[in-house]
Amino acid sequence: MKFHAGRTALICYFVLLLLPIYWMLNMSLRTNSDILSHFALIPTSLTLENYAKIFTDPSWYSGYINSIIYVSLNTAISLLAALPAAYAFSRYRFLGDKHLFFWLLTNRMAPPAVFLLPFFQLYSTVGLIDTHIAVALAHCLFNVPLAVWILEGFMSGVPREIDETAYLDGYRFPRFFLTVFLPLIRTGVGVTAFFCFMFSWVELLFARTLTTTEAKPIAAVMTRTVSATGLDWGLLAAAGVLTIVPGALVIWFVRNYMAKGFALGRV
Amino acid sequence: MLLELDQVSRTVGGESHLRDVSLRLEKGTLNVLLGATLSGKTSLLRVMAGLDRPSTGRLLVNGADVTGAPVHRRSVAMVYQQFINYPNLSVYKNIASPLRLAGLLRPEIEHRVRGAADLLRLTPLLDRLPGELSGGQQQRTAIARALVKGADLVLLDEPLANLDYKLREELREELPKIFAGTGAVLVYATTEPTEALLLGGHTATLHEGRVTAFGPTIEVFRRPNTLTTAQVFSDPPLNTIAADKRDGGFYFGSIAVPAAGALAGLPDGGYTIGFRPEHLYPDRPAHTAVEIAARVVITEITGSESFVHVAFAGRRWIALAHGVHDLAIDQTVSLFLDPARFLVFDRGGALAAAAA
Repeated sequence: MKFHAGRTALICYFVLLLLPIYWMLNMSLRTNSDILSHFALIPTSLTLENYAKIFTDPSWYSGYINSIIYVSLNTAISLLAALPAAYAFSRYRFLGDKHLFFWLLTNRMAPPAVFLLPFFQLYSTVGLIDTHIAVALAHCLFNVPLAVWILEGFMSGVPREIDETAYLDGYRFPRFFLTVFLPLIRTGVGVTAFFCFMFSWVELLFARTLTTTEAKPIAAVMTRTVSATGLDWGLLAAAGVLTIVPGALVIWFVRNYMAKGFALGRV
Repeated sequence: MLLELDQVSRTVGGESHLRDVSLRLEKGTLNVLLGATLSGKTSLLRVMAGLDRPSTGRLLVNGADVTGAPVHRRSVAMVYQQFINYPNLSVYKNIASPLRLAGLLRPEIEHRVRGAADLLRLTPLLDRLPGELSGGQQQRTAIARALVKGADLVLLDEPLANLDYKLREELREELPKIFAGTGAVLVYATTEPTEALLLGGHTATLHEGRVTAFGPTIEVFRRPNTLTTAQVFSDPPLNTIAADKRDGGFYFGSIAVPAAGALAGLPDGGYTIGFRPEHLYPDRPAHTAVEIAARVVITEITGSESFVHVAFAGRRWIALAHGVHDLAIDQTVSLFLDPARFLVFDRGGALAAAAA
């Protein structure tokens, strides 16, 4: 058989890429004593005990529910705020529009930790700490500007004459926007939703600081597996595997449009 | 309907797009807006449609002021140069769009869409998406949508500019016929004088945001009221030269042309003489014609015609001659001017006399 350097390199890269994920999956299917006693590339005594615990213990599965609630809330709020804003930026010229558009990204120019203190103080005052909406709103700080940028790119790809033709045909703005314009940029909306989801799903700092018990995200729950009896390896690995699933699903749906999203819709 | 524009101006960011445009467009007429790129044709159409608001001036429909009325309340249809259709809707739904919004019943919509599709030869394509059609078919779809709406005002913004030569000729002939029965005011913007003449009707010539002339197309062509109008309405460009009238003749360069006929009555003084390229002859057209010697700059040959660019007395002129005239560059040729074809403008640019 012929030797393919390129293919071998690819396989090596792929193995390196998947190794940590495989290892997590491996550990999630074993008991703690098994993990600690011997090294096994292929697990021998498989158990679903870890997964069973996550799906039955409310303190575990509520972490997933909390995360999904605030991520969905955030995605919805970001899209609802960004759609009209992006339309205005793409269709109208107004005083300072270019500057405003650029400075939207200010909040992405510093590490999120910078904004943590003001958020905590503010939310404590108005009693928003430990609610889903608190985390969803905090994540809007990053996601709304990003969503505006991505959507503006997609919207500017639709000729303005289509808007005008619709008005001449007799459309009023709301109906035009919902039934003509949105279908034309549905790829952009999908990609934007994905980016909002992704940022909100992987963000830990805000999500952990702004919640205590009621709205605690899964990533924060996972940090509590360290106890007096030691680290619960198997459980932690099982939780990790389950955390990858929603992200992988969402990525699968927008895989063909991701590059355009990373280019902020300007390809 | 009767559309009147009353001293309409539009300024955008300190830049004047339209200046004091007053027009009166009657029901069932074909009106051509003729002007070069950036002369304000599209700005004028957009103001007529209600897409843009005039900075000053009024828009009257049947005598009623509609200056600020929103677009969806007006009876207007527009066809753009770039074939604009809803890309995600089939041809049928594209054409049906204004009817559905008007709240018509399904059988009535079906009947009207089929009728328009038939007229524009789109019947076999009704289920396709616009992206699957050729440019000509896409533009037909846009025209069909404008047609079914039965609007009182139909605006066509260089609708044929992006089509190939053959389709353009075909559609240009069909367009006025298609809308003829509807009684709509048809406004057709174009950059080509030839197109204006082929379409007939009335023509408004535009230059730098001003309407310089408005009247029956042939009239405007034959007796352009100003030098600017004559220049806008001439392709290839009008040949011009400054001349002095004295002792019963026009003097320019080393040439003296006797002022006969309509030109004889003009008072002495300075004038600008204009004449069209087809009136700069390679052969003597009449015994009154005056011979000049000019230097050939370049020759463009289309086959049936030759455009001979010449230099004479510091001016660049074009002679449009039938047949092939293959002349060497820098060669001196004899050309003939016929005073019976002169358009004479005074120093202010107004038409003083037209010989023919």
